[in-house]
Amino acid sequence: MKKRLLQYIKSFTLWELLGGLMVTGKYFFKRKVTLQYPDEKTPNSPRNRGIHALRRYPNGEERCIACKLCEAVCPALAIKIDAEPRLDGSRRTTLYDIDLFKCVYCGFCEEACPVDAIVLTRFQDYHVENRGENILTKDKLLAIGDRYEKDIASDRAEDAKYR
Amino acid sequence: MSDIEIEIDGKKLLTQPDKMVIQVADEAGIYIPRFCYHKHLSIAANCRMCLVEVEKSPKTLPACATPVMAGMKVFTRSPKALAAQRAVMEFLLINHPLDCPICDQGGECELQDLSLGYGRADSYYVEGKRSVKDENLGPLVATEMTRCIQCSRCIRFGQEIAGRPELGFAGRGEHSEVRSYLEKSMLHSEVSGNIIDLCPVGALTSKPFRFTARAWELQQYPSIAPHDCLGSHLNIHTREGRVMRVVPRENNNINQVWLSDRDRFAYEGLYHSDRLTKPLVKKQGRWQETDWQTALNAAAVGLKKAGEGLAALSHPSATLEEFYLLQKLTRALGASFVDHRLRQSDFTFVVPASSLTLDELEKSDVIVLIGSNIQKEQPLAALRVRKAALKGAQVISINMQDYDFNFKVTSKIIAAPHRFVSELEKFNVNEPGKKVAVVLGALSINHPEARNIFKLAEKISDSLLVLTEGANARGAHLAGMLPSAIDERERTAYVLLNVEPDLDCGNPQGLIQRLEKADCVIALSIFKNDIVSEHADVIFPIAPFTETSGTFVNTQNEWQTFKGAASPYGESRPAWKVLRVLGNLLHLEGFDYTTSEEVRDEVKSKKTEITLASNGASFTYPKTNFSRIGELPIYATDSITRRAKALTDTQTLIEGELPVIRMHPKAASALGIKENNEAYAKQDQAKVRLPVRFDESLPLDAVWIPAAMRGTSGLPNLFGPIEIEKA
Repeated sequence: MKKRLLQYIKSFTLWELLGGLMVTGKYFFKRKVTLQYPDEKTPNSPRNRGIHALRRYPNGEERCIACKLCEAVCPALAIKIDAEPRLDGSRRTTLYDIDLFKCVYCGFCEEACPVDAIVLTRFQDYHVENRGENILTKDKLLAIGDRYEKDIASDRAEDAKYR
Repeated sequence: MSDIEIEIDGKKLLTQPDKMVIQVADEAGIYIPRFCYHKHLSIAANCRMCLVEVEKSPKTLPACATPVMAGMKVFTRSPKALAAQRAVMEFLLINHPLDCPICDQGGECELQDLSLGYGRADSYYVEGKRSVKDENLGPLVATEMTRCIQCSRCIRFGQEIAGRPELGFAGRGEHSEVRSYLEKSMLHSEVSGNIIDLCPVGALTSKPFRFTARAWELQQYPSIAPHDCLGSHLNIHTREGRVMRVVPRENNNINQVWLSDRDRFAYEGLYHSDRLTKPLVKKQGRWQETDWQTALNAAAVGLKKAGEGLAALSHPSATLEEFYLLQKLTRALGASFVDHRLRQSDFTFVVPASSLTLDELEKSDVIVLIGSNIQKEQPLAALRVRKAALKGAQVISINMQDYDFNFKVTSKIIAAPHRFVSELEKFNVNEPGKKVAVVLGALSINHPEARNIFKLAEKISDSLLVLTEGANARGAHLAGMLPSAIDERERTAYVLLNVEPDLDCGNPQGLIQRLEKADCVIALSIFKNDIVSEHADVIFPIAPFTETSGTFVNTQNEWQTFKGAASPYGESRPAWKVLRVLGNLLHLEGFDYTTSEEVRDEVKSKKTEITLASNGASFTYPKTNFSRIGELPIYATDSITRRAKALTDTQTLIEGELPVIRMHPKAASALGIKENNEAYAKQDQAKVRLPVRFDESLPLDAVWIPAAMRGTSGLPNLFGPIEIEKA
């Protein structure tokens, strides 16, 4: 009898609706976690493994020496390199392609590189619109490196003490 | 000497007392690390890497320089031996740069491997490293002498094997460097590429291969060298179906562990821009690229029309299968003129097979070289002659020029081509009980009086080593690539199998004129050639030895079958398949092969060696002041070699700019010609103008004018009489 009465009162006072609204109200005033991408972004670690880049030395000389260790270590066979002597006799790549569709972002290439030429940057937001754009050529990789060199350098510096 | 028993790492081994510990260990499959030791070189014991512990010896001993003794107990992996090896490794790495990522040896480096296996994981060396100035050793070998660990293998190779001591130590102690003598810097040996294999580090690497691939990217396929009649064994290294380099494959009967530069570096020519990629058909005097079916049909029509008037010529480096199918096709059409002897001029005899192997040559007591520049023609055979000479064999050179061989020549007869036979008649070897070997080279074979030369050679000894031109002249004989009879009939159609008429023939203009008159010329070629383009009607792009299967029969009569290693370039196809399909299109019987092995087995079972009746008038020289020595320059032997840039550059450095007229200074001054002046060389009606160089190794009545050069292709006779006139 008592149980039934309570049910009546709850029904007529919309008690459960209010309970639900209370949860809504609580979150309404709580601090939000949703980010307004692309205006806002989550913070990420300097170790983040995003898009690849080829770095240069401060004097503008490309770092890559075509040792092909990254190509050898790549578990997804995403890297393809051709090399030959440059006019000055130094060992350089004539082709350095990374297939973004094959890449598993494991970062082994960066670890294998003896001259810190190939790096995975902390930038993850990129897209391709046409077939073929998924291949990052040497020019594109160097352009990415040039564009983000400051960030790449500071990220490496920050992580250096753990390496 | 009776066998003795020693113990290595607890393993009891029976061995002969004249051996070193490392040899016994190698035979038993126990690996001792080493850098300076090499089984074909003398013992230097200067790297100290092979230190092992020997029972009752207070110190560790170098295994390469410690003779075995009865009851000896050797420990290669004992703590004492390992400590010694680790210490040596540390010393070796003191001055070795850490540039493995840019070093071509990286991945196949003995120092890298042994440092992983026997060295320390870390280094506490902080002092400066030394660096050594580099030298330019020519177009074949790249140097990075800072990487050198002074094992002296390259030095010993030059002194002991190649016979050209071009490298040596300069300086002492920490300042010792491997240098070329007097900084003359260019390697003149025709086997210099072997120091690349010998070098345990990346100090000496291959220049044409430089930086183009890594050891771990390469696939290895066994093959046979197609550039001389020895058929050296090689391994072809390919990357993505493309030949990247060529290295020797060990074979004790032929090349041992060595390889001549020609066999090693000629691969560069394979991808020359002249390479044909598509079948070509000439329509109204213009070349059109077409598909195989159209080209094959066009060729079949031409061949059918020609019938008996057909002639087939082939370069002597084609495979046995190609020779066989080409002659079968020609003969099935009713024609009989097939030949591979493009530079030969005496057709009244058939060049006999060798009755001597290279191993027997090495063990001969007297070696008679007749008309053979063996060192340039077959560099690895010359190494055998050198070995024999070092063991005390007499080497007699009967040549048209006093060649500067890399072995000691005990006596020599130098006679111009027109006096050659008469001089040879006077010669005989009077050494009863001794093994006499006669080596006949291309200069004898291509001589107009070759029949007489061979007759005289057979009188000297019945052990003949005939060093023919091309890789497969022997195979051509076995496959029947010889005419049944020689006649001077005009032919209406020609099939050319990889022939460059201006470069591959003894009388280029003669063939070119015949091609001009022919109604139909079908060429199967690897490369584009202007003369072929001018006169041919159909050109098929065919595969070189790297892209086809086939068989070469070398001068020792060894049948060596090989398989294709690289993927076909463009639309090129193996020539034996092209010939097979042509046979099908012409509805000829017996052209239903599916593999080249079937063709080979058919040749083997048939054993039809053509024997020409040795009649016909022999050539006699008219009275003349000069005769020509039409020698084939070292890197102009075949279409692939001629297009290998590093080799042709080397040839220019060794021989100077070619073509030239070389003559004795006295003979030249009698004609009023000064060095570097230009002169006319006249043969019959032909006349060429070339610069003159002096060469005192020539007889007074001979001039050296090379074959296989565009500038000399106007001259009709390689060894005929010639007139020289001041220009």
